[in-house]
Amino acid sequence: MARQKSKQIFEVESETLLEMYRRMLTIRFFEEAVFTVYRKGWMPGLAHLSDGQEATAVGVGMALHPTDTITSTHRGHGHIIAKGGRVEPMMAEVMGKVTGYCRGKGGEMHIADVALGILGANGIVGGGLGIAAGSAFTAKREGQGRVSVAFFGDGAVNQGIWYETANIAVLWKLPLIYVCENNQYTEFTNWRKLVSGKGLTARAEAMGMRGVEVDGNDVLAVYRAALELVEAARRGEGPATLVCQTIRYGGHHVGEPGTGYRTKEEMDAWRARDAILMFEKRLVAQEALTPQEVEAMRDEVDKRVQAAIEQARQDPFPDVTEVTEHVYA
Amino acid sequence: MSTRELTFAQAIREALDEELARDERIFVLGEDVGAWGGVFRTTENLFQKYGGERVIDTPLSEEGFVGLAVGAALTGMHPVPEIMFGDFITLAMDQIVNQAAKMRYMTGGQIEVPITIRATMGGGRSSGAQHSQSWHAWFAHVPGLKVVVPSTPYDAKGLLKTALRDHNPVLFFEDKVMYHKIKGPVPEEEYLIPFGKADIKREGQDITLVALSRMIHPTLAAAERLAGEGISAEVVDPRTLTPLDEETLTRSVAKTGGAVIVDEGYNRFGVTAELAAVIARGAFDHLDAPIERLGAMDVPIPFSPPLEFATIPDEEKIVAAVHRVLEGRRQ
Repeated sequence: MARQKSKQIFEVESETLLEMYRRMLTIRFFEEAVFTVYRKGWMPGLAHLSDGQEATAVGVGMALHPTDTITSTHRGHGHIIAKGGRVEPMMAEVMGKVTGYCRGKGGEMHIADVALGILGANGIVGGGLGIAAGSAFTAKREGQGRVSVAFFGDGAVNQGIWYETANIAVLWKLPLIYVCENNQYTEFTNWRKLVSGKGLTARAEAMGMRGVEVDGNDVLAVYRAALELVEAARRGEGPATLVCQTIRYGGHHVGEPGTGYRTKEEMDAWRARDAILMFEKRLVAQEALTPQEVEAMRDEVDKRVQAAIEQARQDPFPDVTEVTEHVYA
Repeated sequence: MSTRELTFAQAIREALDEELARDERIFVLGEDVGAWGGVFRTTENLFQKYGGERVIDTPLSEEGFVGLAVGAALTGMHPVPEIMFGDFITLAMDQIVNQAAKMRYMTGGQIEVPITIRATMGGGRSSGAQHSQSWHAWFAHVPGLKVVVPSTPYDAKGLLKTALRDHNPVLFFEDKVMYHKIKGPVPEEEYLIPFGKADIKREGQDITLVALSRMIHPTLAAAERLAGEGISAEVVDPRTLTPLDEETLTRSVAKTGGAVIVDEGYNRFGVTAELAAVIARGAFDHLDAPIERLGAMDVPIPFSPPLEFATIPDEEKIVAAVHRVLEGRRQ
């Protein structure tokens, strides 16, 4: 793919576009792999998958610097991959193995890679919002232009912590971007039944910050909007909220009893606008990738994820003596 | 070593002052802690000395500013959020229990959460049921947190300085009745008091009185009165609940053969219950009578003084409890 070097397509460097595509594929294949791992009984507990939401995670992730931080949600695998997380220790963590990111202590809902600025997925809805505000506080104090991003869902807009920290972030002009990933369903209930007022951006604006809404399945739209807000925060212009409208293909968690709360028509309409297929089509149409290169990249990512499964299955569980480690520093 | 008398509030303030000067990562935040100096004056003039970037007034958003402090802690700062009335800590529980306490563990040791949460406790001021409670036991129940309950200006300063150098979440409880009423000697020179070291506040032979925070003071008064009756009481102050100095507690009771445990938190499933269990196991063979537990009565704290004082342990109740233990001794 050397021929695309430093070429611009859609006003974005082609290397960036290809990396976006690679990360989106990685998320999709990883989530599908976790589903398989769950069904085969190779992992304990449940999993919360984000396939369908790849464009939101990657559009934001690619707008960030390595030193920027993110906090994530219970549906966090995509955010972690989008910020540069590696699938091998992720898969090992999903299986509770000692080679996992958190040595098997966190599990699929609590993956973190602090060195990459991934301050952890979080099992409490809205649980990352305080941490993200604190990271933004530290960033402002350090004065190096670092930015903090808080991913949260449509459920978390009804948690008080958003309003408490948003108020402080606006008052103190913290470099904090709230990314509301609206996948339409708060667990098993459509968000419109649970959110009062004029929508999600209106709530952000009421707090005194910019609220921008984009098609969360259009990775370039997400990327451009995120880049603008992130760079404004980097310049010291304070927080903003980016609302991304998207969908999760799977249930609230794997193996949930029935999906009757969503209609087939609704899901078909979303699948017709699949984030990866739409982006793939545009890349091929603009000759950023040939169909053969698409196949090659799909194959490469799939192989990496499958290898991660095989390795994680062979890896050991943590020794029981580790149970009392890491309670205190 | 030269010493002077400081109030409990002055000792707290001095510890904050010295540590703010020592470590730039430390910052104080809370409601009216800045220019106003705190409603209990524990941050007086710190805003003027260190500026609004280090001593920060927050909105009345306990979950928000404690949550922000947790995030600042795990990205390299050492925040010191203040919960003006410890009762309000309920509003920040998720941040303390689900976030701060387990971030290190859940990440397999990738991060530290050095945060010192100061909260008040204690009744006896006719402040009503939502401004008088003592919730230190809740946090001693949570792995990943440390809990400090100082009883004197000397202990408060030395323990707070230790908290501000600790790498873990520390809940630091200050009984607000002591702030301006309790004075004591504090050295001019710097000193630290390690966590997990109980302090024997008075030596004795006949019975062990375990007490913490403000309860040390009526307990010492009771010990003095008992001495007049020919009863030699030892007063042990654990000073920190997590970590807990089980050895000093059990050694004292092994010597005296009896124990009364005094705390201002509720009895039921509380600090007195846990300490009684520790002593019962560690000094079982030496106990001559059942352990007596004196906690707050298991009722919401009432407003009217005769009702409120009925709920809180005091010198009279402690003396009576000692008599019960001594009269119940095996012959």
